[in-house]
Amino acid sequence: MSKVTGTFWLGRYDTVKTRFSSLKKIRWGRYSVISIPSLWLALFFFIPFLVVFKISLAESAIAVPPYTDMFAWNVEDAIIDVKIKLGNYLYLFEDSFYLDAYLSSVKIAAVSTFFTLLIGFPMAYFIASKTGTMRTLLLTLVILPFWTSFLLRVYAWMGFLKKNGIVNEFLQGIGLIDQPIQMLQTDFAVYIGIVYTYLPFMILPLYTTLEKLDGSLIEASKDLGAGPIRTFFLITLPMSMPGILAGCLLVFIPAVGEFVIPALLGASDTLMIGRVLWDEFFQNRDWPMASAVATMMLLILVVPIMFLRNGKKEGVE
Amino acid sequence: MTRNSKFLSISSLFGFIFLYAPILSLIIYSFNKSKLVTVWGGWSVKWYAELFNNQQIIDAAIVSLKVAFITATLSVILGVLAGYVLSRMGKFPGKLIVSGWISAPLIMPEVITGLSLLLLFVSLENLIGWPAGRGITTIIIAHTTFCMAYVAVIVQSRLSQMDDSLEEAAMDLGAKPHSLFFLITLPIISPAIISGWLLAFTMSLDDLVIASFVSGPGNSTLPMVIFSKIRLGVSPEVNALATIMILIVAIGVVAAMWQMRKKETTL
Repeated sequence: MSKVTGTFWLGRYDTVKTRFSSLKKIRWGRYSVISIPSLWLALFFFIPFLVVFKISLAESAIAVPPYTDMFAWNVEDAIIDVKIKLGNYLYLFEDSFYLDAYLSSVKIAAVSTFFTLLIGFPMAYFIASKTGTMRTLLLTLVILPFWTSFLLRVYAWMGFLKKNGIVNEFLQGIGLIDQPIQMLQTDFAVYIGIVYTYLPFMILPLYTTLEKLDGSLIEASKDLGAGPIRTFFLITLPMSMPGILAGCLLVFIPAVGEFVIPALLGASDTLMIGRVLWDEFFQNRDWPMASAVATMMLLILVVPIMFLRNGKKEGVE
Repeated sequence: MTRNSKFLSISSLFGFIFLYAPILSLIIYSFNKSKLVTVWGGWSVKWYAELFNNQQIIDAAIVSLKVAFITATLSVILGVLAGYVLSRMGKFPGKLIVSGWISAPLIMPEVITGLSLLLLFVSLENLIGWPAGRGITTIIIAHTTFCMAYVAVIVQSRLSQMDDSLEEAAMDLGAKPHSLFFLITLPIISPAIISGWLLAFTMSLDDLVIASFVSGPGNSTLPMVIFSKIRLGVSPEVNALATIMILIVAIGVVAAMWQMRKKETTL
């Protein structure tokens, strides 16, 4: 704005009066334009987290809504009773079930992120090496699944991995296995589901950095006698680090809290924290416990989210 | 170099097969005559006929389309404002918070967003009596919150690609801020608005987790009905539904991209 206003002021230096009245108008318009989206975000994105934290300190109750009030107003003695229950959090640490679920979610998300990178990097590199219509076509092919229903894409893998599904039929057909293998409802299927659905999130930021990569550096490295592998590890990889970081975080953060993929593709004992939260809320109807689980998940994700924000500030999209 | 590029093209080929094989198999099996989903019994469109006779699915589809339409429109209004604020308004107090957090709803695990919004709605209802109960309104608010972030990001990147010389020229010629916005900025970002609207529409249409948290009884969206059907296993009707949805999206995206490319080359 400073640049724009500067020109604006120069164009209007004739009368002081107009200067002030338009300044006021701009200010007013400016603040209303800024405040509408900010207020929406504040009301429906920030404050809800505070509410979650507050309710995580409540006690589960058979009532509507199913938790106790934090503040109770005692009229006779003019006392406000504040009731804070830390039990939900203590329980998170006491019962190894929750700790295991957090650890296994982080593990599953990290391993899937690694494989997404492994598959996504060559694809992004390949697209960046193309030009013109071919590049547009390949990019469209990457983006297209992102536009189609996530739920239905996960569902497609159910038919694909089933006992008498296509993958098993194929493997039996070429004689690699005699008996169909159990692939659906395993951790393996969850890994595949995450890699599959989050692949575009990895490819796009990678492509953006690789596209800007200075080809002359790679040529120089080769001219100086470095082989392709050495060039890759010494030049290409370090220079694409911002894209790798952004892509990995974009996959890792939502994958930690994933619910649909473990619910549809995972075994009943595939522990993921998103699923624990869901069951706590919908099956046990224990809203305070679900809130405590959510608060802890948020605490785990704060560090990667901050990393992503810092990366963005340095100009990586 | 040739060995290098061969490796790249082969691994990319496998990558694209990985992306598309499950979708293609789903489309093919939607035309399967047999009730046993994996046994091929010849071509047939009977699952499509059954799909259109399934009142539950049709009702849910109507709810979802209604929600998606309003969500997309609201998201575009809020998202354009946010994107404009971030790329054209210079510095203002709290900018870092807005710029850092506008994209946060995109990566936040859906279970957290869903739970937190539900608890907000319940607390608000206790406090001020609004929103009375949960249903289409609460789903729209929840969806708009994460969809506006998509629109904002798209609009912001479009605006940062365009230099502001056109806007400056209009200002020099004495255009008022609001006419500047409607006459210059809005037409410039119209491709971003269209893709933002479409993306918000598909995202809203697709959401299962957040809608499950914030919807009320009798307001099941399409993904909620699909999820309850496929939780028990593969269903041929859902295959047919998926095929229809995927084809509509594919045609829409390809047409939009083609249109946008044409526009960009003429600009």
